[in-house]
Amino acid sequence: MNNHLSTRSIARLMMAPAVILLLGWMLIPLTTTLYFSFKKYLPLRGGDLGWNGFDNYTRFITSSAFWPSIYATLIVVGSVLIITVIFGTLLAILLDQPMWGQGIVRILVIAPFFVMPTVSGLVWKNMFMDPINGLFAHLWRFFGLQPLEWLSHFSLGSIVMIVSWQWLPFATLIILTAIQSLDRDQIEAAEMDGANPIKRFGYIILPHLYRAITIVILIQTIFLLSIFAEIFVTTAGAFGTKTLTYLIFQRVLESQNVGLGSAGGVYAIILANIVAIFLMRVVGKSLDAKKN
Amino acid sequence: MRINKLFLSLAATLMLTANIASAESLTIATVNNGDMIRMQGLTDDFTAKTGHSVEWVTLEENVLRQRVTTDITTKGGAFDIMTIGMYETPIWGANGWLVPLDDLSAGYNVSDLLPAMSGGLSHDGTLYAAPFYGESSMIMYRTDLMAKAGLEMPAAPSWSFIAKAARHMTDRDNEINGICLRGKAGWGEGGAFITAMSNSFGARWFDEDWNAQFDSREWSDTLNFYFNMMSDSGPAGFATNGFNENLSLFQQGKCGMWIDATVAASFVTNPKDSTVADHVGFALAPDNGMGVRSNWLWAWALAIPAGTQKEGAAKEFIEWATSNSYIELVAANEGWANVPPGARTSLYENPNYKDIPFAKMTLESILSADPLNSTVDPSPYVGIQFAAIPEFAGIATDVSQEFSAAYAGQQSIADALAKAQAITNDAMEAAGYR
Repeated sequence: MNNHLSTRSIARLMMAPAVILLLGWMLIPLTTTLYFSFKKYLPLRGGDLGWNGFDNYTRFITSSAFWPSIYATLIVVGSVLIITVIFGTLLAILLDQPMWGQGIVRILVIAPFFVMPTVSGLVWKNMFMDPINGLFAHLWRFFGLQPLEWLSHFSLGSIVMIVSWQWLPFATLIILTAIQSLDRDQIEAAEMDGANPIKRFGYIILPHLYRAITIVILIQTIFLLSIFAEIFVTTAGAFGTKTLTYLIFQRVLESQNVGLGSAGGVYAIILANIVAIFLMRVVGKSLDAKKN
Repeated sequence: MRINKLFLSLAATLMLTANIASAESLTIATVNNGDMIRMQGLTDDFTAKTGHSVEWVTLEENVLRQRVTTDITTKGGAFDIMTIGMYETPIWGANGWLVPLDDLSAGYNVSDLLPAMSGGLSHDGTLYAAPFYGESSMIMYRTDLMAKAGLEMPAAPSWSFIAKAARHMTDRDNEINGICLRGKAGWGEGGAFITAMSNSFGARWFDEDWNAQFDSREWSDTLNFYFNMMSDSGPAGFATNGFNENLSLFQQGKCGMWIDATVAASFVTNPKDSTVADHVGFALAPDNGMGVRSNWLWAWALAIPAGTQKEGAAKEFIEWATSNSYIELVAANEGWANVPPGARTSLYENPNYKDIPFAKMTLESILSADPLNSTVDPSPYVGIQFAAIPEFAGIATDVSQEFSAAYAGQQSIADALAKAQAITNDAMEAAGYR
């Protein structure tokens, strides 16, 4: 008993540095954000101008840019999730088929994930979506159509396209490994029982992928809520592409209002938590259902 | 003999180390414009003359602004010299964030700087940043297309002539747009253009009591005129075009006219980059007969943040980069057309420079811009394409985003103006002006 206790306290002691580091990592930025959110802090007017109560919070939420930014955030996150999960699953199934040059094809499919967001944003903007010199414009003109003005007329859609292109490899990769862990015998047995490919997919492959897909959704949501570079280099927040993250950036760096931006940061934390709790519920249920 | 040699080499080593100790390494933040890139290529000349080495941090305009603003407000000390403009200099100078440049050497000849430039880069009569180049805006147009349209560009045209000429020059089948103008969001991009244009329509940002004026007829006239002209004769996607986009369109021969920074003149007339170099004419930015033209005034200037350890070396660099001898160095290497324009009076008296086709129009444009009296009706702010108050950059970025959304057809001009009015009054109230 005694021995057991001491090993436990030793274990705690050994874990302490990691825990303290993690807490510091998380708590210090959070506390400073909270601290600044109650301050009137304007660097260009001399910095700290005293406490401000909830003024920053009301000002941020009543600004005409707030609700459109929430809308833009949800649209981008939601559409990218849907696109990457559907196409990720299809691509994974395709890549799972034995074919010539499989290794190279897989590397090519994964490649977009390694392109930096700013670079991919610029490449899409200048080489594909430019209404005069872009590849799409040439394609449209080849078919005798008026080229689309992607980034101004189809702005949110364009951002969704760019971000989906970047995150598709991630979804594909996770789902592909899940497919490869599927027992081949099950599929063969189903085939012998006369199940057609669609049925095999719906009853065997898809249920098997459930967990992988939930992981894709969870991880991607965390990263997608904070996408920034793609918007910064393409539309700079114009044409209704100002997400919550981008709005906070504008308040802090362009308006040089640290207090107001920090209040926005606190709202972003709340939004992320709401989304996370909602997703956890759904995911938790599906995982429980899987267990039973 | 041997000992002598030993002594000599010892002395040489000592001298070398002494030299290294006094030689500093300067970190300079600058913007990725053609003239600045050219300066980086000539850094060796500075190092050879003074022994100081230079490390460049070259950034795109918007990014540069954010980096240097953050650095100076947080006293980050990342840079020994910053490239800033006419908007930042008076505000930062007033806050005591910049080293005053009141003790530059006699050989530098401060009085040779164009008064419009040194005035805009001073606070209370003290110079805080030395102009690297100065610019206004003017019309650059294709002489061949103008002749083809059967029109003749006056030296000082009106907006109605420009709109008419733009419609005549437009040839959609051959991908020629009558006029290319900035529409990109950002206060220094489309925001700067539309503000300068609005001045000539009698509009202003604020009345004397700092009330936003976007509900005025003048602003509505400006935006509607711009939008109708650009819809009829502007390039596709003009709502996302800034300086660089329009420059490349003009160089590819896809624009009949372009109203933008005077420094662009050397790029569009350079046969290496421009397919239309031989057919470019220049004219003053248009007006509406109200006594104010639509050209702006700007300078990219070098300033030293207060608190740097390397003030002496930084001053040496500024004197080198903004001096007459630097201009001569560029002229010797790249020709007179490519020297940094608009900063010094003596450049425009130089016989070598007088032959440059755009020199006269650049000087006239700069001289016709008056930041103190930029609007038809009185206004409480200094600045032509901006109001020199700390809040302006943030407000104008938001406002120009609303305008760009209207250019793209996502909302009506009236809606954009109503939103701009609300945004501006909100922010001015928060800042305690109203």
